[in-house]
Amino acid sequence: MAKDEFTEFKLVGTRPDRPDGLDKVTGRARYGADMSMPGMLWAAVVRSPHAHARILRIDTSKAEALEGVKAVVTRADFPEGLTGEEWNLQENTIAGDKALYDGHAVAAVAATSALLAQDAARLIEVDYEVLPHVIDVDDAIKPDAPAIRPGAADATVPEGMPANVVRYIDFGHGDVDAGFAEADLVMERSYKTEATHQGYIEPHACVGQLGADGKGEMWVCTQGQWYIRKMCADVLGLETAQLRVTPSEIGGGFGGKTTIFMEPLSLALSRKAGGRPVKLVMTRSEVLRATGPTASASMDVKIGMTKDGTITAARAEFRMQGGAFPGAPVDMALYCAFAPYKLKNVHHIGYDVLANRPKCAAYRAPGSPMGAFAVESLVDEMSRELGLDPLDVRLTNGVREGDRASYGPTFGSIGLIETLEATKAHPNLLVPLGPNQGRGIAAGYWFNHSGETSVSMAISEDGSAQVSVGTPDIGGSRASIALMVAETLGIPYEDVRVNVVETGSLGVNEPTHGSRATFASGKAAVVATGQAIKEMCRRAAAEWGIDEDAVEWVNGAAQPAGPNAGKFPPLTIREIAGKMGETGGPISGHHEGLPEGVGASFGCHVVDVEVDPETGHTTILRYLVVQDAGRAIHPSYVEGQYQGGAVQGIGWALNEEYIYGEDGRLQNAIFLDYRVPVASDLPMIDTVIVEVPNPGHPFGVRGVGETGITPPLPAIANAIQDATGLRMTHLPMTPPKVLAALKAAGRG
Amino acid sequence: MSKIHVTTTVNGDQVEFLADPRESLLDCLRDRLGLTGSKEGCGTGDCGACSVRLDGTLVCSCLVLGVEAEGKTVETIEGMANGNELHPLQRKFVEHAALQCGFCTPGILVAAKALLEQNDNPTETEIRYWLAGNLCRCTGYDKIVRAVMDAAAELRGEAA
Repeated sequence: MAKDEFTEFKLVGTRPDRPDGLDKVTGRARYGADMSMPGMLWAAVVRSPHAHARILRIDTSKAEALEGVKAVVTRADFPEGLTGEEWNLQENTIAGDKALYDGHAVAAVAATSALLAQDAARLIEVDYEVLPHVIDVDDAIKPDAPAIRPGAADATVPEGMPANVVRYIDFGHGDVDAGFAEADLVMERSYKTEATHQGYIEPHACVGQLGADGKGEMWVCTQGQWYIRKMCADVLGLETAQLRVTPSEIGGGFGGKTTIFMEPLSLALSRKAGGRPVKLVMTRSEVLRATGPTASASMDVKIGMTKDGTITAARAEFRMQGGAFPGAPVDMALYCAFAPYKLKNVHHIGYDVLANRPKCAAYRAPGSPMGAFAVESLVDEMSRELGLDPLDVRLTNGVREGDRASYGPTFGSIGLIETLEATKAHPNLLVPLGPNQGRGIAAGYWFNHSGETSVSMAISEDGSAQVSVGTPDIGGSRASIALMVAETLGIPYEDVRVNVVETGSLGVNEPTHGSRATFASGKAAVVATGQAIKEMCRRAAAEWGIDEDAVEWVNGAAQPAGPNAGKFPPLTIREIAGKMGETGGPISGHHEGLPEGVGASFGCHVVDVEVDPETGHTTILRYLVVQDAGRAIHPSYVEGQYQGGAVQGIGWALNEEYIYGEDGRLQNAIFLDYRVPVASDLPMIDTVIVEVPNPGHPFGVRGVGETGITPPLPAIANAIQDATGLRMTHLPMTPPKVLAALKAAGRG
Repeated sequence: MSKIHVTTTVNGDQVEFLADPRESLLDCLRDRLGLTGSKEGCGTGDCGACSVRLDGTLVCSCLVLGVEAEGKTVETIEGMANGNELHPLQRKFVEHAALQCGFCTPGILVAAKALLEQNDNPTETEIRYWLAGNLCRCTGYDKIVRAVMDAAAELRGEAA
């Protein structure tokens, strides 16, 4: 039922108010920390001040003696014997033998007030034996680096690799040496990106309750309530179904709220405190020290190009650290790095390396921005060297439907070429530039994702509809799903209510990640709605005494499918629903599975900058995002994803980084020092929504959340080169770094 | 530590609460008075999610002690609408899709209202600098700035 570009929609593509808008502009929307429960206690966490230290002794007696303290937990309160990622999650929740990074939780306390819990936490004494630590990925991969977790390497790592390499990746196709030999220009460069944090404004927060009978509940800000349920159950040794997890409204996630950090602590404290609910809210400093961030990367890229801009071969070697646990997204980074290019010869090598930093979490297109920074920087530099237009070089090499992707599979319907053409036609490219100004372009890619999805919908007695989805709404997915369901039913948008439900209401859903909510929950909701429509057609057929196949659904009503079916006035959804009690009972639909037909999304960004030669400060003058949405269900929220992704990328490119001292402690663990872009840093972010419909979705949706963070890193580096002639290869491109480069070039 | 009795006016209502002298005004609003519309994003005055008016002055309520509210008037997001009648800023934020997760929205609305009360025709640049103390990680600020400009135009009586 894929609709072509000429299909007229009544609702899809319009911009109605979001259903949660009123709650969110009046302060009524309830987020993680807004919940209180009867008999509730408050928790605080004791964290390691050391990057790497053996825990010799934890003395909780003084804290336990404080009046009002109801429970203290350490690792001794958690089950032993976990393995693999379950052990990683438990170890990250609360340290065992060693603290592995600055901020690693060591103990937690619950008391009758938040202040009392904080006081009690200060009374917990921990003796540490400080161990040598390593922070930078290039240091961590050295053979003589402190070994953080001997034995953590998986089977992909060949014998003899340095101790902190835990995963090794090597893939490609063709003959890169032969390809480089065909090139007129071969260039090789090394790049680095620093760790950044998702920077959601809402700190992690939950209220957990767990009884001695193993039954529990949790209210939590999360992108995925079923992930929270399973991970908490694994870490605590509970039966998964006995834990019921309700997602709050979520104050931003960007991938960082797809996993657990401190949630099991509230449950463990609750169990120890006789089952009283325990509220645990992180401070910003805890968020920055002990949650999220993304990996940092050190990357070597080599590309061969002919004089006309054809890429003959490409090679990438990426080293990424994702903290003291396996999981840096080096695989994703490599898959995405060359994705915009049709390559006969390509070779990728990757190393996932441990360092004494917090366990990385997904961050918007995990890995892709780093890979794009390296590859799109080099393609740009080579285009300039050969006197070619960088957009034309991307068009020359750009992948189309049926091409083999750099990472193996064959592309289905994709919209890279359309995206590049739309970029080329945009008036921003004609704006003249002044002194110290430059323009940069870059492309970006994300696969998009489907995953476990379960959706129910039901028709109400008055013909309105409710939809139960398991994907928390971060950026307007309730609006987009309501639009698709209303369009399918032929009823007003306002007649559909989409509820994000708790784990007891549906089968397992993956989180809102991978740009999947509007694709996967939306597709499942449309399929479920089709079942309800079929049932309503059946009931109309029964009333008319005709065959149900002779009934069709048009504009919110059942009608005879043609003159041969009989002559009956249409039965509206309201009429059919009003009689459901007499015609067979509730009318509903349900769909679950792994929705197929994910459509990848390409984007292209153009940025104009001005670099101040006296300070090295880069000002963003103009910014353009062009991206293939497949179909924009609610264009305002598609634009919002493009704009928000671009600005996170701008922050990554220019400001944001984890800064560690010699002692391995994070030095910028507040928003004053970890500086995300503010309103006065930015211009308006121009957007163009390209629509090359995804045939795998009933309305052509691709998923739009992630691609937008990938091009800004290289696009800004390319613009700085255009403005200054300097090639910046190490993010962030802060004023001191740019000024130093200008001075080194004799121009500062 | 013994608590201090505080009498203050919040959104036009006289209220009383007992505050630990270490508690911020934000903590007291949220945990003593149940007004959870003001949010804590940082606790250090850097994100603006806790923005409220104290005797008319825009402040980060995480940087004010609860006991400092004694005898003063506090305005929070909960008092911005008049019953079911939204302030034009609130309406324009929804219309312009100026929020995604919505967590920063209460603070930004309170801050924007303070701006428009002293400058009914701010430029884009003035809005951007006024709101530079309010972090939004979702929107890139584009639609927020447009919503504030549109609300200002409506308040001036200009057609949108």
